[in-house]
This record gives sequence, structure tokens and C-alpha cells, in this order.
Amino acid sequence: MLREIRPAIVLLLVLTAITGLAYPLAMTAIAGALFPARAQGSLIEKDGKVIGSALIGQEFKDDKYFHSRPSATVAPDPNDSTKTVPAPYNAANSGGSNLGPTSKALADRLKEDVDKLRGENPNAAVPVDLVTTSASGLDPDISPEAAQFQVPRVAKARNMPEDQVKQLVTANTEGRLLGLLGEPQVNVLALNLSLDRAAAK
Amino acid sequence: MTVIGWLQIILFCVIIVALTKPLGWYMTRVFNGERTFLSPVLRPIEAGIYWFSGVDEKREQHWLTYTVAMLLFHVGGFLIIYGVMRLQAVLPFNPAGQSAVAEDLSFNTAISFITNTNWQNYGGESTLSYLVQMLGLTHQNFLSAATGIALAVALIRGFSRASVRTIGNFWVDVTRCTLYVLLPICIVYTLFLVSQGMPQTLGDYVEATTLEGAKQTIAVGPVASQVAIKMLGTNGGGFFNANAAHPFENPTALSNFIQMLSIFALGAALTNVFGRMVGNQRQGWAILSVMGVLFLAGVAVTYWAEANGTSTLHALGLTGGNMEGKEVRFGIVASSLFAVITTAASCGAVNAMHDSFTALGGMIPLINMQLGEIIIGGVGAGLYGMLLFVVLAIFVAGLMVGRTPEYVGKKIEAREVKMAMLAILVLPLMYLGWTAVGVVYPAAVASMANAGPHGFTEVLYAFTSATGNNGSAFAGLTGNTIFYNLTLASAMFVGRFFMIVPAMAIAGSLAAKKSIAPSAGTFPTTGGLFVGLVVGVILIIGGLTFFPALALGPIVEHLAMNAGNVF
Repeated sequence: MLREIRPAIVLLLVLTAITGLAYPLAMTAIAGALFPARAQGSLIEKDGKVIGSALIGQEFKDDKYFHSRPSATVAPDPNDSTKTVPAPYNAANSGGSNLGPTSKALADRLKEDVDKLRGENPNAAVPVDLVTTSASGLDPDISPEAAQFQVPRVAKARNMPEDQVKQLVTANTEGRLLGLLGEPQVNVLALNLSLDRAAAK
Repeated sequence: MTVIGWLQIILFCVIIVALTKPLGWYMTRVFNGERTFLSPVLRPIEAGIYWFSGVDEKREQHWLTYTVAMLLFHVGGFLIIYGVMRLQAVLPFNPAGQSAVAEDLSFNTAISFITNTNWQNYGGESTLSYLVQMLGLTHQNFLSAATGIALAVALIRGFSRASVRTIGNFWVDVTRCTLYVLLPICIVYTLFLVSQGMPQTLGDYVEATTLEGAKQTIAVGPVASQVAIKMLGTNGGGFFNANAAHPFENPTALSNFIQMLSIFALGAALTNVFGRMVGNQRQGWAILSVMGVLFLAGVAVTYWAEANGTSTLHALGLTGGNMEGKEVRFGIVASSLFAVITTAASCGAVNAMHDSFTALGGMIPLINMQLGEIIIGGVGAGLYGMLLFVVLAIFVAGLMVGRTPEYVGKKIEAREVKMAMLAILVLPLMYLGWTAVGVVYPAAVASMANAGPHGFTEVLYAFTSATGNNGSAFAGLTGNTIFYNLTLASAMFVGRFFMIVPAMAIAGSLAAKKSIAPSAGTFPTTGGLFVGLVVGVILIIGGLTFFPALALGPIVEHLAMNAGNVF
């Protein structure tokens, strides 16, 4: 048994160096050369400043922007570090609400949000993804239904014809991969950026 | 449920079955020490490693030596992870300035990663430096996976060899698995993941000013290299807190699909390795069929339950299923499928929050883990777990006809059955025992996030996941407390090693036995009757063990939900 001690130490250190240092560092170098923008986090710049990542959702409150899904991410309470406070779309601390199917807190939150959205657009059914929080709290997408639902509000706030806003939604809708994998989706940041561009013309 | 949804599920199954044979062929060659197409590059490195570490690759080990070598290897792995976590504040690659991780959390995480559990009481981006992610976690993702596969191969050798005292060399098996199987796949896989948008950088967290002028700090890091092995090695510990639900850890529908495939690929292939090594591939297909039956049943229930939604959603007129805790790009079907896959295997990565699943939708992941994660299972661990159930099923079949049972040419006798029972019974002792403590001990009760039966399920899920070395969670439970850090660590430890040591004892005992030719009285173990018998034994043992606990948690919650109760 004693002769197993040397491999237990040396082999462990060698394999650790290969898999824990050489492999991730080499992959960082190669990935950085092959896919420089993606390896850095698919960042979007506007006027030389980073305004976010194409893959990470942002909070939108203004009526003239399409809103993202609700987010359950939190941040440490500045007054008491043992507690947390809500901080939607905190991209340094991902997470979901973790509220279960029989949670009263969830039922109350859903009712409040549904009532608010019905007031905003009484003519369409409230899409489920627009009132539920995502798993990461950073979902960059909404469903096409959730985007269409917001068209009247956005068009009104921007004094744009609804048809034009609808066209932008359609242009920003991505279908399933090969018509099969995933779900149809609209990237909210991309849609809002194209709205701003259309308005600037 | 939709046709497109089911087509995605069917496509997944077809690809896994198609991969099983070629991967099994390749892995068999690797573990038999034969030449492969990668040998010209890797053989010199392999030989150099043996020379440097003093390993004699020709010398095989007795099962006890093999097991001791494995345990020593884990002691070292534990010390490395614990060390870098405690010292991360003074070590390099720490751009976010993370401070030292607390003793109990470091202890829990170190146990968690050496046991291939990867339970996350830490929040990756808010707790760990890049160095810990690479040197602590990525390295152990490789080695705990390689260990699992090595142990499964050792047990297979127990079945396939006759009248010998040795079952292989642990150091050689681990090295070959890492170099020839895990690393080459991970290198290609990492680049694919980056092409989908997964970051791979050592740069600082990005400070962004959003379109509306708010500040957003975006955590990045060497994500892809870790995610590749986290999935392939069924480790599952996330780079980020939200794991594979985080858009950086799973950017697209395609990255999600490939991640699901990679969780199952090696585990499924090992059934073929088993068949090849015992000289009849149909033995492997029979085991894969047992796994497939249980898997598809689980997928159907979870998909149905999640697509159906909850009473709360119905009351508000919301349709489209239970989207709380799910991402739009995955939707109901890919989230449900992922949840079943990750718990059938002992992966534990999540692309949706299981805590927010419907009662029945969340019960299936729980059952998958309680059955011992034998439906494909963790790489290696799934196969040796399943073979323990096969031993029992064969024993039951033998009792029915009053004949000493035999399996792939080996007589199954008292010693094997006792060891299999020990391994199978120790798991419920851990998760049921600790759950009982967790729901009465006041400091533990305070950790529950949901009230009512769902809170009970959170605790049961935590200990089940830890014991099964899964690592997924009903994540509302506050696990980063002294109570949970220590109790979960004990569950992970017992769940891993009290399964491994009896399995190795069986390997040693079987290898020493003579091989007997099948006779007219031998129970055929490649047909439908055998598959049905094993499925039956698994469900009966499972049902008797944990049905009462499920009745207190998800079952009563489902009934309460239908009655319109909230807590």
C-alpha cells in the first residue's frame, strides 16, 4: 500500500496542473483568438461605452421601451450585510424566485402583475412569461406574444404607428432552430435598440 | 404538450442511442490499453506521467489496493480545493477581489466536488475567484468523473475476468480516462460553447450602463472550459449561481441540446463498454433498455405536469404552462427534459429552478435521485449503481426458481448480495434520516424558503440530492449554514463512498470466481423478461423506501394545490 503514496501525490499534482491550469488557460487563449467578441461576453457598445451584453437581460421601466420579464435577483442590503434586497437583473448574482406552486407570495405577486398588465392592454390575453420570473433572473428574451402584448403601450409612448412597432417585433423574432429546437423568442435589448434606431430616423 | 415538444425528446433519445456504440467501442479500447487514433499524440504524454509519478502501468491491483489508491487520491483532491478556497484572497486570478471562503462552506464545497456532487452552497460569481473555479473546481470535475468511470470499469472487469486477484490499476485507469476520453472531447466542446456565446476570459467583471442609464455589473470568467467538463463528467456545479439557466452558461437552444446530450453520452456508452467487456453487447443493450423505460416514464410525467401549469396560474387565466423559474429560450419542454436528464444522471446542473416546478413535475427529479441515479446515472456511478440492482434482481429470480443465480457467467452468492444490499440501504438511511432531523431542528427549519409541504420537499430534496451525489437543489433552501454545510457534506460522503467500497468488494469477489458456461437453466439476461424484472425490483425497492416521504411532500402538495390551497 505504501507504494501508492507517491502516485497519490505526484499524479494528483500533475493531473491537477493539466486539467486545472493548462486546459482552462489554453482554452482561454484559443477561444479568445477564434471568437474574440463572444469570449468576452458578447458585449454591445454604443458611442464607445458598454451598454450591456447581447445575452444578458436588462431592466426596462420606461413606457417607450419593451419590458423584460420580472427578475428575482437580489443584492446585499447596504444597511445590513446579512440580508438581501431586490435588485432586478443583477448580473453579478443570478438566481430565481424559488417560489413553489402553492406559494402564497407567488400567488399574490402574480395577481398584482396580471391586474396591472390587464389595465395596460385589456384587449389581449396576458402572456405567462411576462408575469413569471426566469430561472436566472437575467433572461434576455420574451416570447413573441409578450412582445406583441406591449406594442400598443410602446407605440403610444413613442407616437409611432402600431404597425411599424409590430414590424420591428417581427423582425426581431427568432424562430426555433431548424424549426425544432428551443422556443420562438425576442431579444428585448436588441428590439429596444432597433426601436431607438427607427425613432432616430 | 406539443408535437414539437415530443419531437425534441425523441431526437434526444435517438442521438443518445446512436452515440452509445461508437463511444463504447472507443472507451473499451482505451480501458483495455489498446491503441487509439489519439495514441500518437497522447501516448508519450501518458508514459511521461507514469514515469514521473512512479506508476508501473503493467502492475495490476487487488480490489483493496485499488480502493485505497482511489481514497488517497480523494484526500489529496480535498486538500487542494479546501486550500485554494481558504487562500483565494491572496492567490492570483481574482479580479473581483473575492475574500477567503468560510471554513464550513469550504469544507462542504470540497467534499461536494470530490464526491462528484457539486452541490452549490456557494454562489459562483459572488463567492469564488477564477483560480478556485479552475484549479479547485474544473480540475476536480475531471478527476471525480475519471474516478467514477475507472471504478465502473473495475467492476466490469470483476464480471469479465475469471479466477484472478486483480481488477486493473487505478492510476492507469484515471490517467487514461482523463487524457483519452475527457480532455479531447472537452477541448472541442469548449470551443463549440464559446461559439454559442459562452464567455471564456480572465478579464474583470464588465461595468455596463444600460439603455435606461442604470449600472449593471456583468460577471464573466473562464466559463466554457468549466461547463464542458461539468456536463460531460456529470458534475453539474455551476460557474454561476443560476447554473445552466444563466444565459452565459447556456446561451442558446443548441447549446442546451448539446449540454443535455453530453450529460448522458458517457454514461450510456458505459453500458456498451460493459457488453463488450463481458463478451456480449446485448447484455449492455438490456441494461440501457432498463434505463430507457424508467427515463421515458419520468420525462412524460414531468413534461405533462409542467405544461399543465398550476391552479394559481389557471385561476388568473394564464396559459402556456408553468413558466415561473424557466427561461424563454428553453420553454416548457427543454426545461422539463433537462430536469429529468440531470437527475437521472447524477449531473445536477439545472436550466430551470426545480423549486418552482409543479408538485408532480418536481417529484420526478426527486424520485430519479432516490432510485439511486441508475438511469444512465453519473459517469461510472450510474453503471455500478445499476449493476447492484441487477445483482438483486438476479438474486430474486434465483429465489423464484430455487437455483443459485448467475449473471454473465458468474455465480451470484451471499457475499455479492450482502454488499449490494449494504450499498442500496445506506442511501435512504442518509436522506431519510437527515431529513427527519432537518424538519425538526430549529436552526434547520429556518432555512426553508417555502411554507407548507413544499418546505418539507425542499429539505428532502437537499438531502436526497447530496446523498445521490447529484447536486441539483430546490434552491430556495438556504444551504449555506453550519447545519446544512456539515450535514450535507456527511450525506455526500456516505452516499459516494459507502456505495463505492461495497461495489469494489463485489468486483474483487467476482474476479476471483470461475466463469461458468450458460446452461439450459440459466436465466437469460438479454431479453424483455430480464428488463421487466430489473425495472420491477428497482421500483419495488424504491417505492417501499421513499413513498411515505413523497406522500408528505409532493403528493400532498399536489392535492392541496388542486383544492386551491396556498401556504
